[in-house]
Amino acid sequence: MTNNLRVKSSKFIDETYKISFKFNNKIYYGYKGDTLASALLANNIHLVGRSFKYHRPRGIMTAGSEEPNAIVQLHKNTSRTEPNVRATEIEIYEGLEASSQNCWPSVNFDIGGINNFLSPVLPAGFYYKTFMWPASFWEKYEYFIRKSAGLGKSPTDSDPDIYEHKYIHCDVLVIGAGISGIIAAKTSAKNGFKTLLLDEKPYLGGSTIYQNSEHFKINNQISSSWLDKEINEIKKIDNLEIKIRTSVAAFHGYNFLLARENLTDHLPLHQRNEKVRHRLLKIRAKKVISATGSLERPLVFDNNDRPGILLSSAIEKYSNLFGVACGQKNVLFTNNDSAYETAISLFQKGINVGAIIDNREEVDSKLVKEVEKNNIKIYKGYTVVNTFGYKKINKISIMQLSKDGQKVVGSKISIDCDCLGMSGGWTPAVHLFTQSGGKLKFRDEDQVFIPDTYPSDQISIGSCNGEFTLDEILSSISKKLKDFLNIKKTEYENLEIQSHFNKTKRNIWLLPSDKIIGKTKPFVDYQNDATAKDIKLALREGFRSIEHVKRYTTTGMGTDQGKLGNMHALGIISETAGSKMGELGTTTFRPPYTPLTFGTIVGRNVGEYFDVFRKTPIHDWHVENKAKFENVGQWKRAWFYPKKNESMHEAVQRESKAARDSAGILDASTLGKIDIKGTDASEFLNRVYTNTWSKLAIGKCRYGLMLNEDGMVYDDGVTTRLDENHYIMTTTTGGAATVLGKLEDYLQTEWPELDVYLTSVTDHYATISVCGPNSKKIISKVIPNLDLSDEKFPHMSFKNAKIDKVKCRVMRISFTGEQSYEINVQANYGKSVWDKCMQAGKEFNITPYGTETMHLLRAEKGFIIVGQDTDATMTPIDLQMDWIVSKKKYDFIGKRSLYRSDTIREDRKQLIGLVTENPKEVLEEGAQIVLDASKSPVEMLGHVTSSYYSPNLEKSIALGVVKGGKNMMGQKLIIPMENKQINVTVTDPVFLDKENKRLNA
Amino acid sequence: MFLIHCPYCGEREQSEFKAGGEAHIVRPKQPTELSDDQWAEYLFMRKNIKGVQFERWVHAHGCRKWFNMVRDTSNDEIKAIYKMGEKPPTKYK
Repeated sequence: MTNNLRVKSSKFIDETYKISFKFNNKIYYGYKGDTLASALLANNIHLVGRSFKYHRPRGIMTAGSEEPNAIVQLHKNTSRTEPNVRATEIEIYEGLEASSQNCWPSVNFDIGGINNFLSPVLPAGFYYKTFMWPASFWEKYEYFIRKSAGLGKSPTDSDPDIYEHKYIHCDVLVIGAGISGIIAAKTSAKNGFKTLLLDEKPYLGGSTIYQNSEHFKINNQISSSWLDKEINEIKKIDNLEIKIRTSVAAFHGYNFLLARENLTDHLPLHQRNEKVRHRLLKIRAKKVISATGSLERPLVFDNNDRPGILLSSAIEKYSNLFGVACGQKNVLFTNNDSAYETAISLFQKGINVGAIIDNREEVDSKLVKEVEKNNIKIYKGYTVVNTFGYKKINKISIMQLSKDGQKVVGSKISIDCDCLGMSGGWTPAVHLFTQSGGKLKFRDEDQVFIPDTYPSDQISIGSCNGEFTLDEILSSISKKLKDFLNIKKTEYENLEIQSHFNKTKRNIWLLPSDKIIGKTKPFVDYQNDATAKDIKLALREGFRSIEHVKRYTTTGMGTDQGKLGNMHALGIISETAGSKMGELGTTTFRPPYTPLTFGTIVGRNVGEYFDVFRKTPIHDWHVENKAKFENVGQWKRAWFYPKKNESMHEAVQRESKAARDSAGILDASTLGKIDIKGTDASEFLNRVYTNTWSKLAIGKCRYGLMLNEDGMVYDDGVTTRLDENHYIMTTTTGGAATVLGKLEDYLQTEWPELDVYLTSVTDHYATISVCGPNSKKIISKVIPNLDLSDEKFPHMSFKNAKIDKVKCRVMRISFTGEQSYEINVQANYGKSVWDKCMQAGKEFNITPYGTETMHLLRAEKGFIIVGQDTDATMTPIDLQMDWIVSKKKYDFIGKRSLYRSDTIREDRKQLIGLVTENPKEVLEEGAQIVLDASKSPVEMLGHVTSSYYSPNLEKSIALGVVKGGKNMMGQKLIIPMENKQINVTVTDPVFLDKENKRLNA
Repeated sequence: MFLIHCPYCGEREQSEFKAGGEAHIVRPKQPTELSDDQWAEYLFMRKNIKGVQFERWVHAHGCRKWFNMVRDTSNDEIKAIYKMGEKPPTKYK
C-alpha cells in the first residue's frame, strides 16, 4: 500500500514548503496549508484516537470544527501541552507533536477496548446505576473510573503564553466568510458601514472556494473563480476589517459577542516568542449578519463509527482543498444529492469511487446522471446495514429499504471499500443565533431547524438560514441585505446562476437493520459513545424531555457538544415517543461554540494583575518594616510586624502589650471616609443611624450603628461634626463602598428633598492612630501648639491642627479602649506624619501594630467588628447595644423591624463573652457552643465569633453568639472539638476596664 | 450583556451598572403605625414577573445616579428608562 495519498496539487497547499511533524512519536511530512488531519490522511492514517466509553478505534470524520473523534493532545511539555485539539482545525507547523488521547498503552492496542465487548452490560446510565452501592465505596470506584475515562491531560505548569482582550465596536459584524458572508461584508462595507468579517478557518470563501464543478456557475464562471474575484476586491476595502482563524465563541444579548482570534497556533514554535497567542475580541455590533453555514449530517446505522468513515463533504474538501484522497476504494452513502457532488469531485481528480448507496428510490438530477455516465454503480433505495474492519473499514454490507423505510428487505450485498463517505443532508449552524436568544422553527420538508424570531438587530443568511443551494442563496441575498441594511441596491441583483443541485432527500433518522436494535451499534454521539439504542433505553426508562435524555445518555455533552449527532438524537426521540420534532425543541446551545483555553478567558489578568489591590500612603513603610499583610476587600493591610524569628502569636502578644503599656501606632487609612455636607446633614444622619445626631455639638465625635431596613446591623463607625452642616463619617474598611451606595440610594430615591451631598474621601486622607498611656505625650511632640488637655480636647472630640504647614484633623477617639488620637492628613503627607510620630514615640517604645493586634485590643474591650461578630442576622439588641438605639426618634432605617415578632424573641442569638476554664486554652473561631454534648442530636446554641489570648489579662478571651445568651451570665457551656471538650463560662463581653478609666489615663 | 442608556451619561455597558430590585415601592412614611404584616409586605414582598417589569438600576461605576428601567424579563428588552421621581410610562402598565 502506498503511503502517499496526495493526489493532485491544490492551490491551497504549498508543496514547495515541506513540514515535518510527529504523531504518536513517529515523524511524518506534510505541506504548508495542511491541517494535522489532512497531513495524516495523506500519510494514509485514519486511526487517530479511541472513543470515550468503549475505547473503539476512531478516525478522522470531518474537516472542520465539528470533529468529534480526531482530537489529540498537543506538545509534551508540562506547561504548553493541550488536550482535545481538533486535528481537523490545527494547521501543521514545523515541530508539531501530537498524540492520541484516551488510549493506553497505545492507540493501536488499547486495553480499554475490552469495554467494547462488555458493551451489552454498559448501557446508558450504567455508571449511575452500578456504582451507587455501597455508597462508601464510591471513592474506590472513582479512582478507576477516572483513570479509564477522561479526555487528554491538562498542563500541570503555568501557561507561559500571552493572551489579551480587545474591544471592537462596529456597525456591522459578519460571522462566517463563505459566499454569503463575503457578499454581505462587501455590500455592507461599500455602503459605508464599518464592517468586521470573521471566519474560524485560515482562508476565506467557505466551501464554495474549493468548489470546482461545471454544475455550479455564477455569471458563467465556476462559482469558486467568481468568489475568488470577490475576495480579492473585499481585501481592498478600507472600512472592512477581516479576521481569519477567529472563532466566534459567544453571541450574547444586545449584539455583544466574544470571539477568539488565534494568532500563533499555526506558526513554527520558534516564531511564537513574545507574541500574543490568542486574543479575545469583545465585540459590540450595531447589526449582526450570521453566515455561519451548515454542518453535514452523518447517517445512523450499525457500526457507523469505524476509521475510514467520514462525512461525504469532508472527503470532498480533503480532495479539493488539500489534494488528499481519503481512500483508494471510496464508497458513498447518502440520502440526498450532496454525495454526488463529492463523487464528481473525486473522479475529476482521478480518485476511485466504487459505488453510491442512496436511500432514495427515484433520483434523476443532473448530478446523478453525470455520476451514472461515469459508470459508477448506484444502489437506489438501499441502505448500509453493517460495516467491517476493526482499525479501518474494509467492507460494508447493504440491503434494500422497504417502501416505508422502516425495514430492510431482500438479500445482503457486500462491497469492499477503504473509505465510506456519508451524507444525511445538512443542519444549519444555528448555535450562535440561539445563544443570542433567537427562537427556531422546524421546517418539515427537509427536517431542519431554522431561525424564526430575532431578539436583536441581526439576520441569518445562507445555509445557516436553511438555504442550502447556490441558487437559493444568491436569489434571495440581495433583497435581504437591502432590507436589513436599509439600502437601495446591491451589485448582486441580477446574477446568472447555474446550480444543478436537487433538493429531494429521504430522511430516516435511524436506518433499519437486519438485526434487532439491541445487537447493533448505531452511534449518534461519537465522542461520548451514545448510540440510538441508549436513547431508546432512556425513553423506555421514562425520560421524556430532550434535556433529560441528553444528560442521561450524555448525547451532545462532549467537547464537540454534539454538533453532528444532536439532530439524530432529537429525531429518534421524536419517532420513538411519537412527538413532533418542532414541539420537542432542541437542547440549549451554550457558549463557547468551540472550547476556549483559560488563558484566552483571563487575558492579561494573571499573576499580580489578577485583581487590583489598594495600598495606603504608608504601605512602603510597612513593607520595609517586614509587615505581613492581610487582604481586606481590595486593601493590603499590615497584619502584624514580626521581629526576627517571631511567630505571629508572639508578634501580636508583644504589639498588644506595648499598646496598653506605653504606645502603639496603627495605619487606619483604609477605613471608609464619607464627607457629608448640606443643610439637612444632621437630619440625614438621624435617619440612617440608630442614635440621635441633631444635638451633637460642632467639634464632637459620636459612634453610630447603621442598620438595614430589616433591623440587622449593617455597618458602624465614628462620625464627627466638623461644622454646622458638615460631617465626616467613617465606615468599616470593607463596607465603605456599599455604605456610600446605600446612603446614595436613600438620598436619591426616598428622601430627594433632603439637602445633603455625599463624597467619598477614603483615598484622600491618611489616618494614623496613636494609642496608649503615652499617646498624649507623643502627639504633643508632633503637634506642639495643640492644647491636648482633657478639658480642651476630651475623648470623642476633634480639633483642626497643623503639622508644620500641613493642615490635619485630629480626632480623640478610641477603638482600643486606650487614650488615643487619630490624625487625618492629606494622603500624600501620610508617610511623613507617620515618620514624625515614630520619631516622637521612640523614647516611649512606640510600637506599630497591625490588624490582628487591633482586633485583639478591641476584643478585650468587647467592641464588635461588623462582619466578624455579626452576620446579617444580628440586631443591636442582640449585640447588647440597646444603649445606642434611640427610643425618642420617630424613625430611622430599620427601626420598625426591631419590634417584629421575630426580632423581639428572647431566644435569639445574642452576643456574650466567653472565658475558658483553663485560661491558657484559646478557642477556635467558628467553634460550636453547646450546653449538653451527650444528647443526640446535640443542640447547637451558637458559635465563637472572636477568640484571642489576651496578654494584658493573661488569659484566653472570646466573643460568641448564643441563643438567649443575655440571660446566661455565669452559665457553664461546652465547646465540643474533634478530640476534646472545652469548658467555658458565659461572661459580659467587656473584659477589660469596664469603667473606661484608661481613656483618660 | 445589556447596553444601558444611563439618563445622565448615555449608553454604557451593563457591567457599569447594578440592579436594585423592583421599582416604585415607596418606603412607608409612618412605619410605626404599620402592623407586622404590613411592614413585612413592604420589606420582603417583591414581584418576579416573566414579562414587563419595573426595576431600579444605578450607574454604580459611573455617575452613581439611580434611575428606573422598564424591562421585559423574558427577552431582556429594555423598553424604557426614566429618572427617579418621574412617572412610569403608562403604556407598559
